[in-house]
Amino acid sequence: MVEVQKEECILPVLGQTAPDFEAPTTQGNLRLSDYKGMWLILFSHPADFTPVCTTEFMAFSEMYEELKKRNTELLGLSVDSVSSHIAWIRNCEEKMGVKIPFPIIADLNKDVARKYGMIHPGQSKTETVRCVFIIDPESKIRAMLYYPLTTGRNMAEILRLIDALQTADKHKVATPANWMPGDPVVVPPPNTTEAAEERLKQGYDCKDWYLCKKKLPET
Amino acid sequence: MPCVSPDGKPTSSGTAVLKSLKEGALSPEEIANKTGQPLFRVRSGLRELKTAGFVEEAADKYELSTTGANVS
Repeated sequence: MVEVQKEECILPVLGQTAPDFEAPTTQGNLRLSDYKGMWLILFSHPADFTPVCTTEFMAFSEMYEELKKRNTELLGLSVDSVSSHIAWIRNCEEKMGVKIPFPIIADLNKDVARKYGMIHPGQSKTETVRCVFIIDPESKIRAMLYYPLTTGRNMAEILRLIDALQTADKHKVATPANWMPGDPVVVPPPNTTEAAEERLKQGYDCKDWYLCKKKLPET
Repeated sequence: MPCVSPDGKPTSSGTAVLKSLKEGALSPEEIANKTGQPLFRVRSGLRELKTAGFVEEAADKYELSTTGANVS
């Protein structure tokens, strides 16, 4: 029987204020508050100069312009040094032809990683797993994704998640399974019998009083 | 560092921020618009420029210090 050493791994929860930090990055010392007023994708990777991470960084970079259109910034993190990050960024540009436009935290003391529950001892005791935290302009954690070391993330899903959250906020709606921008959205269900009665007469596309969809006006 | 080099001199990003302040005090958002730099980098850079004595902060706006005026 394998004896599992007990190690602390505190996970943040959705809706909480994102833990504050100040950390050295490839673009200078950054604080979480520097991102106030914009959406932030804070993501961790296990290590520089590793194959899956390199493919992810190229994919994140390719998505960066689309994110900027959505008032969204990217901030990477691993427990490598700034020098290692710089060397890796230069290597990505030289060998892969991809410029990494966003900063990367050098979390050598694991300060940020611990606050965000990025180290999962069942995966690795020293490296961060593939986490994604979507933090809104008021610094609230709105979505979290945790991927194992073996599996690269899906950028289209991250972009879809940003679109879904921003759509939900803007129009006070929810988004159904496999929703994509332009698809009908879910009208929040009524919470009184009177509202349930009225719901079916409001012109929505309803399967029943609790499942109604509508098209959003095109922007 | 984005705005101040380890030798204490402003980087090209730092110099751009200092130049944007030549005509008077600006907020970080106004500096970001004027320089085209991302707002998060402007906020971080202003902290460095302030610590290095190139800018001063007053009522959520930043202006050049005497040292900053001499280098911009």
